[in-house]
Amino acid sequence: MKRTLPIIMAVLLVVLVAAASIRSGKLLPATNPQGAVQSLFEHVKSRDFAGAYAYVASSSNVDQGAFTRDLVGKDGSLRTNASLQEADTRVLRENPNQAQVRANLKWSTAVGAFYDTRDLSVVKENGTWKVVWPVEKQPNLPPQVIPVNYLRWDIVRRGGEDDWGAQSVEAPRVRIISMNAIEKDGGVIILGEIVNEDTVPGFVSVNATLIGNDGSTIGDESSFDKISHTLLPKEVSPFRIDFPGVKLAKVKSVRMQPNALLVPASADPVIGVLHQRIETDARGKHVLKGELMNESGETVNIPHVLATYYDNSGKVVWVSDGYVDHALLPQIPVSFAVGLRDDLAAQVHSYRVTVNQYSMDRSQ
Amino acid sequence: MIRKFLLATAFVLVCWFAVYAANAADLQVPQQMTAGTDLTLHPSGSGKATLYLTGPDHVEKRGIRLGEEVTISGSALKASGYYQVMIKSGSDQSASRFFVSPAEPANENFLARPSRVPVAKNDVISGVAFVFDKYRNLVLAPVPVKFSLTVGDTAPMTRTETTKNGVAWVKLGSARKAGAAQFVAKVDDAEVRRVVQQVASDPCNLRMKAERRDKNIFVETDPVRDCTGNPVPDGTIVTFTEVDSNGRSTVDARIKRGIAQAQLPASDNATISVASGVVLGNEIHLGGGR
Repeated sequence: MKRTLPIIMAVLLVVLVAAASIRSGKLLPATNPQGAVQSLFEHVKSRDFAGAYAYVASSSNVDQGAFTRDLVGKDGSLRTNASLQEADTRVLRENPNQAQVRANLKWSTAVGAFYDTRDLSVVKENGTWKVVWPVEKQPNLPPQVIPVNYLRWDIVRRGGEDDWGAQSVEAPRVRIISMNAIEKDGGVIILGEIVNEDTVPGFVSVNATLIGNDGSTIGDESSFDKISHTLLPKEVSPFRIDFPGVKLAKVKSVRMQPNALLVPASADPVIGVLHQRIETDARGKHVLKGELMNESGETVNIPHVLATYYDNSGKVVWVSDGYVDHALLPQIPVSFAVGLRDDLAAQVHSYRVTVNQYSMDRSQ
Repeated sequence: MIRKFLLATAFVLVCWFAVYAANAADLQVPQQMTAGTDLTLHPSGSGKATLYLTGPDHVEKRGIRLGEEVTISGSALKASGYYQVMIKSGSDQSASRFFVSPAEPANENFLARPSRVPVAKNDVISGVAFVFDKYRNLVLAPVPVKFSLTVGDTAPMTRTETTKNGVAWVKLGSARKAGAAQFVAKVDDAEVRRVVQQVASDPCNLRMKAERRDKNIFVETDPVRDCTGNPVPDGTIVTFTEVDSNGRSTVDARIKRGIAQAQLPASDNATISVASGVVLGNEIHLGGGR
């Protein structure tokens, strides 16, 4: 009896290891539509794209390379630095040979979680369920030379040998042109817009300090990434500063501190924001959709969309943002969507979209 | 007998005091001096002595002979302020205090702020001049400082202010013409020049025109100028907004060679507007029978 238990445990261990190795080497056929989608994304999660491709229907007409590129991204886009964290699937429609499954995907990226929803067709092929993978057909830009002669600002600062009276170059003048404090989700949110009034570019940030009824400081926060930090002359950016867990009734006043630094910058790229409109998405949520068009000649790797919403008196009622997981290639439109709170949708009278851009080939 | 003894003692004491007084240095210095000038002392007495000099930035000790002329070089008296000179001979010492005031104005430090300013604004440029002598002492006596601000070929804006406690200041308005303004502060022959960049103000009468080209609407502003006619610098953002049935399209164009251009999506019935910063321009309706 003393030897029996260790022997049983050893055999069990060998069997389990063998089972695990057999399972990783061989794919289990999907017996239902949801299982097919789930299995596909499980393999994507473990970055086994060949395994994931085994669940793609042949009718998708997509090769493994295109399928992988679609998942891992290209051109230095946000997707190239992302990994799938969660895939929540739900069957929308199903019949014996075909089904539609909604996959709510959560990717982890360098800029936080990125959410994506895909409605996928699933078909029965040779007795197993396979996913019809719709690969985005992105138009190719023909080889060409795009002349770019936009302005650049470089800075020469005062030297250490200058006398103490010698002036240095001033920081740009920036001004907060609107500010609104609201309470949402149990916290105070400061919204507004800031303009660079100067003729030189600036790196701006906005700090807000909440002062309580007794004169004490309740909180001190900055706009972080809910702002366009680099503002060219006369450029306007929205900002949003969140104070979670603070009641607006406890706030007596808000002290705003716009900060600006003179930085080298370039006037390109120009990104057009086309066909902006507020719609409801497949889940019934309000979203602001549109297309981004890179009008310059250089690829924008990670576009960041900032949307400002105004009520009918022109007051800023909400600021939302979102990163686009596709790179902006020159002259090729890329769609975007940023969420709008459903409880504010009725108040929104107009809106404005601005785009931050991060390009790998550019330091400023 | 006692009286004779007392008289003799008194006589000896008087003689001894006379000898003592004759050997002690008598030190007389002017109460006021100018920085950098030599100081000559005539210590009375005889014998060897030691001279001590202490000042704001100088300490000196040297041996002298009483009764001979002693010169303290101007290089030891460059810093303005109070000095103390002392001559010590044996257990005897004599000291005197004097003040060294700054020399003639020879240098200045000039603070001009800001380095960049919009045109046609009142009292936006400040200049502060600190007047120093050639030894970098702040000249406390009132001195006239001439400030002048010039842009290009225009007549300079000048103002003369007298220093108070070594400082003169002025506030001037910016000119109506953009450019690098030469801001000069002059004291006697000393002149310091700073550059204040006078830049165009907000755009004024922002106007654009639009035309259909191929599959787009091409929009272009007239030359963008401020209210005093200065061209708004290249790189300034001009926002074109098109609203039609497909939604709203915006392009943040940059002024290039004085004008801003953009391409907007084609539309049969669109309203196009233009703005720069907080300044709105004209609005154009395209199509729709208008």
